[in-house]
Amino acid sequence: MSVIYILWLRELKRYTRSRVQLIASLGQPVMYLLALGFGLGPVFQKAGGGSYLQFIAPGVIGMTVLFSSIFSGLGLLWDRQFGFLKETLVAPVPRLQIMIGRTLGGATVAVLQGLLVTVVCVIAGFRPVHPAMIPLALGFMMLIATVFAGLGVAIGSSLQDMQGFQLIMNFLVMPIFFLSGALFPLDGLPKLLVAVTMVDPLSYGIDGMRAVLLGNAHFGGMIDLEVLVAVASVFIVFGAYRFSKIEI
Amino acid sequence: MIRVQNLVKTFGTFTAVDDVSFEVAEGEIFAFLGPNGAGKTTTIKMLTTLLKPTSGSIELDGLNPEVKQNEARQRFGIVFQDPSLDQDQTAWENMELHGVLYHVPHKVRRQRTEELLKQFELWERRKDLVKTFSGGMKRRLEIARGFLHTPKILFLDEPTLGLDPQSRNQLWSHVKKVNETERVTVFLTTHYMDEADRVAHRVGVIDHGKLVAQGTPQAIKEQTGTASLEEAFLKLTGSTIRDESAGSADQMRQFASMWKGGKR
Repeated sequence: MSVIYILWLRELKRYTRSRVQLIASLGQPVMYLLALGFGLGPVFQKAGGGSYLQFIAPGVIGMTVLFSSIFSGLGLLWDRQFGFLKETLVAPVPRLQIMIGRTLGGATVAVLQGLLVTVVCVIAGFRPVHPAMIPLALGFMMLIATVFAGLGVAIGSSLQDMQGFQLIMNFLVMPIFFLSGALFPLDGLPKLLVAVTMVDPLSYGIDGMRAVLLGNAHFGGMIDLEVLVAVASVFIVFGAYRFSKIEI
Repeated sequence: MIRVQNLVKTFGTFTAVDDVSFEVAEGEIFAFLGPNGAGKTTTIKMLTTLLKPTSGSIELDGLNPEVKQNEARQRFGIVFQDPSLDQDQTAWENMELHGVLYHVPHKVRRQRTEELLKQFELWERRKDLVKTFSGGMKRRLEIARGFLHTPKILFLDEPTLGLDPQSRNQLWSHVKKVNETERVTVFLTTHYMDEADRVAHRVGVIDHGKLVAQGTPQAIKEQTGTASLEEAFLKLTGSTIRDESAGSADQMRQFASMWKGGKR
């Protein structure tokens, strides 16, 4: 059994054993889906945007994957607080393997959450235009999860305690979500906002999912794919670097 | 087995460990004693590769842990001052994870896990999540886990902290047994002088980062003209109460880390 596999498995076990976490993680996406999807639906339709529920569903799925993956990376802080991190840091294995195991585990959990929310979206009335493309949407979920699990590990390796968590939540995670085009179309935005959405990796993730599930994209499916692969590589390397520097 | 020469660790302008040298022979139980914030944990962290020394040298079973880090890590086990178990996994799973991290082959891992869990009286609870365990059980599991990969050296950083006398007594019995049967070298820190007197072959006393005495418990008592190790300890380190929060060293480290971009 490899080090990467057992650390991946650990993340999965933690997720499946925590029913509270599982249920709680569905609360926010469901709220966005119902409150915004149905609440703003008529306005969106009147403005000629079509079904808002159809539009927002990939955004809500992307949001779920974003939160879950970045929090799994930040779970390092939890392990630091409760001591388990030390057990892995003194082990005779390269830290890169530990980081990859954790990141893959966190990314897998995030994709599972995303799939769960996809089912909720379908129950709520979301209908993919091309159901055969769902495996491609899964691919985009995996990429979003890898990008943000890597970023989460990098941040988790740099913070010393849970006090910085709120800061990250307010000034990084929420802006990433709100500026990604998850809730609004990216066409016709002010120039400054266009620039910001273009540097937000989640914009490409959600755009990619819209491309494969709804058949329309702002940037284009291939560009989304290329950008996400590039950013995922950068964040994995950055996360691995920060992780290698941890001292307890 | 353990050779430390002129070891120094500084955090900014604060010197946590100041020119410390000692040796621990194979199969020996060595107690490293000192008041709060004296430098015990910092020394253990350097010995176990969690911190890089500012200067000086360390040798573990003939290896320089700075150069051959993973080989050195394979040779020791450690029980930290604070718990380091995964509370959301069972006792068995914690052992399994440790075994994989330390490259213990599958068959040996299962066999040794069973052996150790039985020895440390945790076999019946092997399928229970660690978060349901008492403090004593968690400690026993940590020590059992530390032995899983058959280390040559075992570091115990205040392993009996917060345990009742029964659990402490049982824990030391286990440690002594493994020390005798498997010839494991034990490097421990404790605040309980009677334990150090009873268990350790030799002790070292550190204060303000400097090693102020080392020898057998009897030799230290004779050297200080005292009847017990506790009296000898107080004579060597003074009776002033130290900073209970151990904040001086930790705060200096945190302060230094702020200027090093989060490096600790």
